Amino acid sequence: MALIDYLVQGGQMLLVLLLAPLLTGWVRWIKARLLRRRGPSPLQPYRDLLKLSRKDVVLAESASWLFRVAPYLIFAALWVAAALVPTFAGGLPFTWAADLIAIVALLGTARFFLALAGLDVGTSFGGIGSSREMMIASLAEPAMLMMVFTLSLLAGTTELSSVARFMLTADVGLRVSLALALLALVIVAIAENARIPVDNPATHLELTMVHEAMVLEYSGRHLALIELGSSLKLLLYLSLIASIFAPWGMATAGAGSGAYFQGLAIYIAKLALGGFLLALFESSIAKMRVFRVDQFLGAALMLGLLGALLLFVSRSL
Amino acid sequence: MSDGSKLQAALSAGQPVAGHRPWTRAVVSPALWHDLIQGLAGGTWSLLGFWGEPDAVHLALCEESSGTLGIASLACPDGQFPSVARRHPPAQRLERAIVDLFGLQASDAPDHRPWLDHGRWPLAYPLAETQGRRRELPPYAFLPVEGESLHQIPVGPVHAGIIEPGHFRFTANGEAVVRLEQRLGYVHKGIESLLRGASVERAARLIGRVSGDSTVAYALAFARAIEAATETEISDRAHWLRALMAELERLANHCGDFGAICNDAAFALMLAHCGVLREKVLRASAACFGHRLLMDCIVPGGVGADVSPEGEKALRELIAEFRRRFPPLIDLYDSTASLQDRTVSTGFVRPALIKQFGCGGVIGRAGGRAFDARRQPGYPPYDQLEFKVPVLADSDVNARVWVRIREVEQSLSLIEQLLNGLPAGPVRGALHRLEQAGEGVALVEGFRGDVLVWLRLNVDGTIARCHPRDPSWFQWPLLEAAIENNIVADFPLCNKSFNCSYSGHDL
Repeated sequence: MALIDYLVQGGQMLLVLLLAPLLTGWVRWIKARLLRRRGPSPLQPYRDLLKLSRKDVVLAESASWLFRVAPYLIFAALWVAAALVPTFAGGLPFTWAADLIAIVALLGTARFFLALAGLDVGTSFGGIGSSREMMIASLAEPAMLMMVFTLSLLAGTTELSSVARFMLTADVGLRVSLALALLALVIVAIAENARIPVDNPATHLELTMVHEAMVLEYSGRHLALIELGSSLKLLLYLSLIASIFAPWGMATAGAGSGAYFQGLAIYIAKLALGGFLLALFESSIAKMRVFRVDQFLGAALMLGLLGALLLFVSRSL
Repeated sequence: MSDGSKLQAALSAGQPVAGHRPWTRAVVSPALWHDLIQGLAGGTWSLLGFWGEPDAVHLALCEESSGTLGIASLACPDGQFPSVARRHPPAQRLERAIVDLFGLQASDAPDHRPWLDHGRWPLAYPLAETQGRRRELPPYAFLPVEGESLHQIPVGPVHAGIIEPGHFRFTANGEAVVRLEQRLGYVHKGIESLLRGASVERAARLIGRVSGDSTVAYALAFARAIEAATETEISDRAHWLRALMAELERLANHCGDFGAICNDAAFALMLAHCGVLREKVLRASAACFGHRLLMDCIVPGGVGADVSPEGEKALRELIAEFRRRFPPLIDLYDSTASLQDRTVSTGFVRPALIKQFGCGGVIGRAGGRAFDARRQPGYPPYDQLEFKVPVLADSDVNARVWVRIREVEQSLSLIEQLLNGLPAGPVRGALHRLEQAGEGVALVEGFRGDVLVWLRLNVDGTIARCHPRDPSWFQWPLLEAAIENNIVADFPLCNKSFNCSYSGHDL
């Protein structure tokens, strides 16, 4: 394996970290525009992160070591997960680790620690947030796994780079099960990223919060890490959808720098489009009742299940 | 006043107070007081207000069947009065506020906890003849809730959003709310204390600042009460201009509420559109009368500003623009299924409760209570204008949204009628000088509901005592009822659909 491959791999890890706040800012900017507001610059999340990282951390008296450690664990898990997903190039040195099930497990780890941290300080909002988050996760995770099974049945592997390569081959064609899997993944992505209609990332209403309720007690660099983690998660899901269902333009291993740059440009265009569609969707719908979320995610689970079952009925569906 | 009025008959058994206008105020005996409370509890009349003086308590009553309003006063020589709340729960908080402010004791009261006084005032009983030292109060005892796996969620008084302070104590079983108890009083400003001895001009300015979003309604109620006390007649043009301001205020607030309710269901698009429309109302108001919220534009004796030809043009353009841009928003609300899913059947209040509490405004009219102070008791110029009072029966968040939408349409039509028929004449006159102390009372329909102002003037023309009663006094308790059987996450939606005033309530 050439040194250049490791450099590209390292570059990708840094790239997701650097791009994530921009994606969040971009979605916010589009949403503001759709509401006919001017909105803060898409670069605002960088400034916010910088500001937070300079601020002192205010810790609740009842906070334990877990509360202090959790942001680092959450951030690390999410960064690793986001860095594993192929972005602009496939076949990199760490692709063997870019396994869908591993990514699901990493996301689960991050969520586990966030929920624990929400409970740790003992405020009622943290508890509400953690309990709601767990309810959502218990439905979203199986749906995600069903989607993974559908894909692995088709591609014969759960390793993302190979899945992407398989998707580019001509014999995939149009498949019902893939469409169902895409729909399931989109629903899971919306729920996991605490977007409308499941959660509202911009709300100030404590009683309706899910994700925000868990992080209410965080401040300073801890909050910065969690915010950056959330941005990474959004980037991860968009990259995941792009790499599985729209892998076109991804550079292959060992390609020249020209191909890499082309892949990068296409990747950024995909993210921008994904962010735009997300903002458009969020602006056109109200948030659903908390107890309707299970139906919404249940639909994702059923879609994933149906996709997998169809493949047992016929390999060509 | 019709002949069939039982209230009038009951009050005439007491001693009518001379110089109280326009309704009867009678000093009643304890026995008659008891009968009147019996009538309240039996639903013969509803509670309009309940306030104190250092040596007396006053009960404003409204008999809706005959349209009679009246005030009963009970002297409290030994600092005690028989509890009204014991028989009629809607009086509960008003009664506790009387105890906190005047040091009078409600004998046999069902709830002895202080209401407005949190033990942080520098003195006790601020409106009594003699004030005590700061009261040392035990920690506020919230009502007990028993049951398995219940948990409490304290919210406020400091909230994440920029809103007024109030504390909400939820007891929930998972997501389901078992009980909500409110605690208010955080924005007590001592307005009634400031009003004592104030000149009419200063009092008018103070009253206009009780609750900023209802400044027109308060100023109108105060001005009408002053004019009643001094027997001053104001010009027709002044009446019409006042109504114009009141409708502009209603238009701006209903429009803002419509957007804000949708925003609490995370549908920010509506807030953005309604925000633009509300801003246009405020700008037209500023162009027309010189103040965006129309603060201090209504003064006792008339109005402070006349409408110029440019102002009239701005208002007509506003109406045209509203008529063009509001209907698509109604369609948007009606056709967004995800939004309807949140509002329909959420926050239901039993119509029987609404009737018992005499709850006015949008909340009352969304729950089948067709009370509107513009109709009953009615005041000029509304008797010469055509408008409907929209009433719905569903009593949920959706109904409260629809009543607001319909009232926006009515206000648009009223503004147009007012502009078309604006009579000529002076806009402001002098108040009559009083030969003796006079008392006045007025009930006015603000955007939240009926605002009551009662006052007594000294011979020198200063205010002896003035009591403004916000409609929220009878709406806040119903919010506690509305959230029962709902989930915690739906509270903001219910709360916004009520949009009660903290400032007007805490005074």
